[in-house]
Amino acid sequence: MSVVTPAEVRAVAWLARIDVPEDRLPQVAAQLDDILAYVRKLQAIPTQSVEPTSHVLPLSNVTRADQPVPPLPAEQAVRLAPDQRGHLVRVPKVVDVG
Amino acid sequence: MTAYEPVIGLEVHVQLATASKLFCGCPTTFGAAPNSQTCPVCLGLPGTLPVLNQRAFELGIRTAVALECRVAEVMKFDRKQYFYPDLPKGYQISQYDRPLAHDGHLDVAGGEAVKRIRIRRAHLEEDAGKLLHDPNEPFSYVDFNRAGIPLLEIVTEPDLRLPEDAYAYLVELKAILRALGVSNCNMEEGSLRCDANVSLRPSGAAELGAKVEIKNLNSFKAVKDALAFEMDRQRRVLERGEAVAQETRLWNARAQTTEPMRSKEEASDYRYFPEPDLVPFHIEAAAVERARRELPELPARHRQRLVEAYGLSAYDAGVLAQFRPLGALFEQTVAHYPKPKPVVNWIMGDLLGYLNGRSQDPETLVFQPAWLVHLLEAIERGEISGKTAKALFVEALERQRDPQELMQGRDVRQIVDAGELERLVDVVVSEHQKSVADYQKGKANALMFLVGKCMERSQGKANPQQLKSILQRKLAEPREAVS
Repeated sequence: MSVVTPAEVRAVAWLARIDVPEDRLPQVAAQLDDILAYVRKLQAIPTQSVEPTSHVLPLSNVTRADQPVPPLPAEQAVRLAPDQRGHLVRVPKVVDVG
Repeated sequence: MTAYEPVIGLEVHVQLATASKLFCGCPTTFGAAPNSQTCPVCLGLPGTLPVLNQRAFELGIRTAVALECRVAEVMKFDRKQYFYPDLPKGYQISQYDRPLAHDGHLDVAGGEAVKRIRIRRAHLEEDAGKLLHDPNEPFSYVDFNRAGIPLLEIVTEPDLRLPEDAYAYLVELKAILRALGVSNCNMEEGSLRCDANVSLRPSGAAELGAKVEIKNLNSFKAVKDALAFEMDRQRRVLERGEAVAQETRLWNARAQTTEPMRSKEEASDYRYFPEPDLVPFHIEAAAVERARRELPELPARHRQRLVEAYGLSAYDAGVLAQFRPLGALFEQTVAHYPKPKPVVNWIMGDLLGYLNGRSQDPETLVFQPAWLVHLLEAIERGEISGKTAKALFVEALERQRDPQELMQGRDVRQIVDAGELERLVDVVVSEHQKSVADYQKGKANALMFLVGKCMERSQGKANPQQLKSILQRKLAEPREAVS
């Protein structure tokens, strides 16, 4: 039974900025379906009495003191970008703010 | 014609006053050179791990408690995913379904009644970088210094009905945040930012209309103006029988209009999921209780106390409670010069006038209460005239000096010696016989001319009221001098 539709693959691919050709959409949808079917096995396990958890490690409240440490030199930081001008990272024009 | 009711909600982003960023140790100093405050964590380089700033966590709890929120027993962080050049990781670390706090409220004086604005949630998140645009080039530029700066996002329920309510809410929220010391709330520096949501619905309807989010609101006045414009725009759309599009619009302060924002992402498909690099946080009830006990006096309580303890008007108390340096100056001055009325008059009149004239934020005021005490005492002892006092006050503000010190070695003291004043009047009378005659013929104006001449001669150091009465007495006397 197919759950993932080609249209969903197209939408998710766009959100992830991955180029998936139109003619491959049904194939990728089917593959994603297989993966979901595999994970779906977990749904057979009764979890009503289990707290939802996002971590398996018995760790919580890990914080650091509000102490500044020396940052990277600007030239080193911007050198990592594909394009720069001075100490600014240069990107294709974006118009809207927010 | 259908009457429409506006429904308004606000989202405020507050920069928390920390020395380092939310998840790394980069400094948060405003105005640093571009990209000089970054590191592998806030640039999102592979293999790095975020660690929560303890102080940001505490400031968040303090704020939540002051807003009467329920602080979560367990909070966690989530990734909000979208692509934009100012977001180095391709996601923002924020909080989705387990925010720091929820269900609080803030009471705002709106018109005559106090309105309770419910706070839906308050959550911690990191800021994005800053984009710079050059209109003449096909490029934009990114400065990542802001990326990772700690923010607390405070979201109201859609409880506001008028642009003025929104304005009053923001003023009160800012006063609270400053009283708490959790943020400097400087809008010019981006420490306090606001987005507004507004929709219209037929009066009395229960369901909400299509919501428009307004961004680019860089002052409280912009929030008020943009909401008023947007309400009017939506009303006109509805009256034409059309539907309001659910969209994000930008406020154009120059044109005083809102404009649709070109969509940068399909409507908010952020695919939130738990941030695997940050473990959950448990907040003990005792820690919340401690934060509650340690709360300073908040503006609402402060206002009430100023009215009750000093007999101030509601308006004066409101201003003094809104700006902490003014409230502190008032109370510390009154502690040594226990006459609230003249003290508040100096603050509300001369001081605010001075600050407004220079567009100076009262929060940045530096003025010692002792300076105002010395000034008021000198006036009371009759040592300086009101006019001299005003000039000394401005000089004290400008030079950051005690008026008493400024007076020393300077001939500013008011002439109070009766004999000296009499001699002064005699000289002026003898020099202006024509005016004396005019006055005696019934020209009342001539008296004020003579007072003016006496003031001139005294270099402003005589008391005009005293001069007036001496002149009246002398000119009414039999004039043996001219007989």
